[in-house]
Amino acid sequence: MGGGLVRIGVTIFPGSNCDRDALYAVGRMGAEPVELWHAEADLKRVDAVIVPGGFSYGDYLRPGAIARFAAVMGPLEGFAAEGGPVIGVCNGFQVLCEAHLLPGALLQNTHMRFVCDRVRVRVEATNTPWTAGCEGGEELTLPVAHNEGNFFADAETLARLEDEDRVVLRYLENPNGSANDIAGVCNEGRNVVGIMPHPERVSDPALGSEEGLKILRSVLVGAGV
Amino acid sequence: MKIRVLVRPKEGILDPQGEAVRGALPALGFGGVKTVHIGRLIEMEVESADEVDAMCRRLLSNPTIEEYEWEVVS
Repeated sequence: MGGGLVRIGVTIFPGSNCDRDALYAVGRMGAEPVELWHAEADLKRVDAVIVPGGFSYGDYLRPGAIARFAAVMGPLEGFAAEGGPVIGVCNGFQVLCEAHLLPGALLQNTHMRFVCDRVRVRVEATNTPWTAGCEGGEELTLPVAHNEGNFFADAETLARLEDEDRVVLRYLENPNGSANDIAGVCNEGRNVVGIMPHPERVSDPALGSEEGLKILRSVLVGAGV
Repeated sequence: MKIRVLVRPKEGILDPQGEAVRGALPALGFGGVKTVHIGRLIEMEVESADEVDAMCRRLLSNPTIEEYEWEVVS
């Protein structure tokens, strides 16, 4: 990494609303935050990318469906294909599913209500760049805030995700009806992770907790920092 | 030409909206409603229908959870 700070990009779409929180959290990680504007097909030499939460393009059509075609997504898909660490949080998870960088889709919560809460999750897989700093089976309390967080994949895909140890986070109390209590998954290469909970919202004691940094700082482990 | 696209949840996919409406109808006195599924109707004016299917696959529907059909209206 050339001795400088690890550069972590945060994509910004119209309607992203956790981008500033994510940029702040990157600073708290001890890395350099880099804004990645949706209309620029340029990842600015970042070492990792966070696709933040929000309501990109107003969630029109389906959450993440329009963001998936933004200019910044071209180089992001190339970066992911080369093994670059990418994490999608909440709407970012939805964007990565729509972009087929992650399997499955996020359906409306079973109970039809927006859920805004703190939930307990268990780290199920630590062999991803975004959980390498956690302990296997470690339980974290993280905020969730979503209307479409109900992870769905067909039975065959679900079985594969479980067999290949690609369920990264699992809810201890399922807040949205997601299949197998899944709160986060990774791709086949394990470098792309999507999670519904918001680690950036618990990245500072002033926010009540900094447990989210365990996830975010994991990416620095791989970077040798 | 005018195109009408119908997008709906695949069979067997949970449809919380449809379920909520199915639950609400009896409350208004409408009996005998067994299932309700809610989809999306998209109307477009296009110069040619050649690419409508590709539009449906790539953007208008999410093949993981939805199925679509389309027709030329006029």
